[in-house]
Amino acid sequence: MYKFRRKLRTRVVAAVSAVSALGLVVGCGGSSDGGTGGGKKDGKVTITMGLFGVMGFKETGLLDKYMKENPNVVIKADVAGDEQTYYTALQTHLAAGSGLKDIQGIEIGRAKELSDTQKDKFVDLAGVAGTDHFLPWKQSQVTTADKKVIGLGTDIGPMAVCYRKDLFEQAGLPTDRDEVAKLWEGDWSKYVDAGKRFKQKSKDDKVAFMDSSSGLFNAMIYGNSQQFYDKEGELIYATNPVVKDAWKLASEAATSDLTAKLRQFQPGWDPGLANSTFASTVCPAWMLAHISEKAGPKNKGKWDVAKAPKGANWGGAFLGVMEKSPVKKEAQELVAWLTAPEQQAYIFKKLGNLPSSQTALEMPEVVNAKSDYFSGAPIGQIFAAAAQEIPDEQVLGRKDGTIKDIFSQGLTLIEAQNKSPKEAWETSDKRIEKAAG
Amino acid sequence: MAISTSTPQDGAPGTAPPAGTGTGGDGQRRRTLLHRLDVRGAPYAFVAPFFVVFAAFSFYPLIYTSWISLHRVELSTLNLMEWVGFDNYTALWDDERFWNALLNTFTIGVLSTVPQLLMALGLAHMLNYRLRGSTFFRVAALTPYATSVGAAALVFTMLFERDFGMINWMLSLFGVDNIDWENNKWAAQTAISSIVIWRWTGYNALLYLAAMQAIPRDRYEAAAIDGASRWQQFLKVTVPGIRSTIVFTIVLSTIGATQLFGEPLIFGQGPNGITGGADNQYQTLGLLLYEEGWKNYQMGRAATVAWAMFLLLIVVFIVQRVVKRVLARKA
Repeated sequence: MYKFRRKLRTRVVAAVSAVSALGLVVGCGGSSDGGTGGGKKDGKVTITMGLFGVMGFKETGLLDKYMKENPNVVIKADVAGDEQTYYTALQTHLAAGSGLKDIQGIEIGRAKELSDTQKDKFVDLAGVAGTDHFLPWKQSQVTTADKKVIGLGTDIGPMAVCYRKDLFEQAGLPTDRDEVAKLWEGDWSKYVDAGKRFKQKSKDDKVAFMDSSSGLFNAMIYGNSQQFYDKEGELIYATNPVVKDAWKLASEAATSDLTAKLRQFQPGWDPGLANSTFASTVCPAWMLAHISEKAGPKNKGKWDVAKAPKGANWGGAFLGVMEKSPVKKEAQELVAWLTAPEQQAYIFKKLGNLPSSQTALEMPEVVNAKSDYFSGAPIGQIFAAAAQEIPDEQVLGRKDGTIKDIFSQGLTLIEAQNKSPKEAWETSDKRIEKAAG
Repeated sequence: MAISTSTPQDGAPGTAPPAGTGTGGDGQRRRTLLHRLDVRGAPYAFVAPFFVVFAAFSFYPLIYTSWISLHRVELSTLNLMEWVGFDNYTALWDDERFWNALLNTFTIGVLSTVPQLLMALGLAHMLNYRLRGSTFFRVAALTPYATSVGAAALVFTMLFERDFGMINWMLSLFGVDNIDWENNKWAAQTAISSIVIWRWTGYNALLYLAAMQAIPRDRYEAAAIDGASRWQQFLKVTVPGIRSTIVFTIVLSTIGATQLFGEPLIFGQGPNGITGGADNQYQTLGLLLYEEGWKNYQMGRAATVAWAMFLLLIVVFIVQRVVKRVLARKA
């Protein structure tokens, strides 16, 4: 089949270029040799990178620093804003065997799919020197069944609860972060109970206790070693008690009118932060930068961070080196450097992306980090402690990201469209079957 | 050729003339052949570039898409194709999302096309009067058309925002509670239609205006002498005068409506845009295709939706032809 396509394609290309030779049509000259754009020339090594979102390497000037320290290296990084778009392009490039960069970023939700279906296209990084400093569960996420490591970890997203002190106070809830953490210690259902207390006593009924029930759902799921899939790669979400409990509690929050009916990172959520329409949100480390930016200077000092009932991880990424790269060795060195403890700590200081390196998590500048915006909360301590609570083995599945989105939509059905939890579950179940089956 | 021209000198005189006529006839035949080839063939050569490009970028993808639609293929592993025959098609037929998307495409199409064309007609009629600064108004009417779908849809999304959107704020002045535009089916479809209407009304109005200006003035004068009011003039002179343009805009808007994609995608933003709302309340066929291909990464199923859309257009075309023929026979 593939051969047939190749043949047809060359014929079409031949036809098009024949016509263009006549000067009638400008043919598409994008003939690529399937290279990565990287290579060695005149003693200079060019390394290309494909990144997404704010991974921090380009933004904090780390790439420039590396080039300064290694004058013979030129790094060209392409950063796509949206991970979904990035991943679609990456998949097309992997399938076509062209357009890949030497180094590609991998989001955690895609890690399983890539290590299952594309591991031959990635270099095994298991033996790279000086890379034994990662959290064990982080490394296990990109280790294939035959012990191949397809990427090195960048950041992680352990979760806490961000809350508004002023709004908690007017509803008669404690405001001190330790007391707040005690409110829901050990059990997410206590967080919902606190919400009910908040709703009863709050003087402003325009303010909801939390932004969305899907944040709560995600936090409950992500703290477990088995989530939507089991180790054999079978879908177990329908029977997994973890998912059932999370759904039950999240839909309870949704039906008890505790949420602002917003969707995180969707329209309405940012103005909600700026105009204080909710008093708390479950927040991974990397969300802090977003909150402080969107809630703005006028809310500075009103926010605080408290420990979550249970440790959970949302998000994080990896850097992988492509087998196709002509500069594999140099690319591996760069990846190892970028993910080294010092650089991870540096990005944490600059952006707040929490290191996935155990060593970096123990460095004083990480442990002692405090956030001015969040009332001086010791975010280094809170998040590093949460990172230690996450189970060492996490079973990821191929369609984790998609399933998460479908459940979020299912909860929206309850929250904003008045569907019963049962009905919403059935709809979500059907959708997952379509999407992952 | 060279041999035959050299023969007359040493050849018998009797054989020369036929040889001569032979060469003359040969050349002539050749010339007529070339001439006929020129006349008959040249047009094909001239249109060839279009068809070569068409073959490469339209026909080949079309055929290849139909091939894909008979397989189970994922985007990441395009070289692994599993033959499933017509399973994708039967699954699509049984899939309620398909019928939902089809219905949404139709309702949003009606919601956007009908008011759009009526408003365009009225706008064109007004622009047709002698106005001060008529060029300004005409250019102004066309500006929305020159805006990108993305920009327009983004701005409208902000206007229709639930908690802090301008439209809900204005409605609140009249005591209307906040409407959750995105989560309410008909509100969402109306909002999306309004983006389409805003973008295309001016464009259609200018088409109508051009057609109206081609209507001879004396028809209006004759109508006025017969005592027709402005409204009657509009109905009896203007509308029949631009009938063919109206048909053209209807065809154009219908095609546009079946392809509706960008506006709902941006209106929903993120995962909700792809599925056309949490309850698929505004998912069009274009979005369903996108969801199958670029969220579920199932290229076989996405190709099937594409073909279903194509077949649907053919069905609409045939129905239109049949209706036209039946009407013509009756007349």
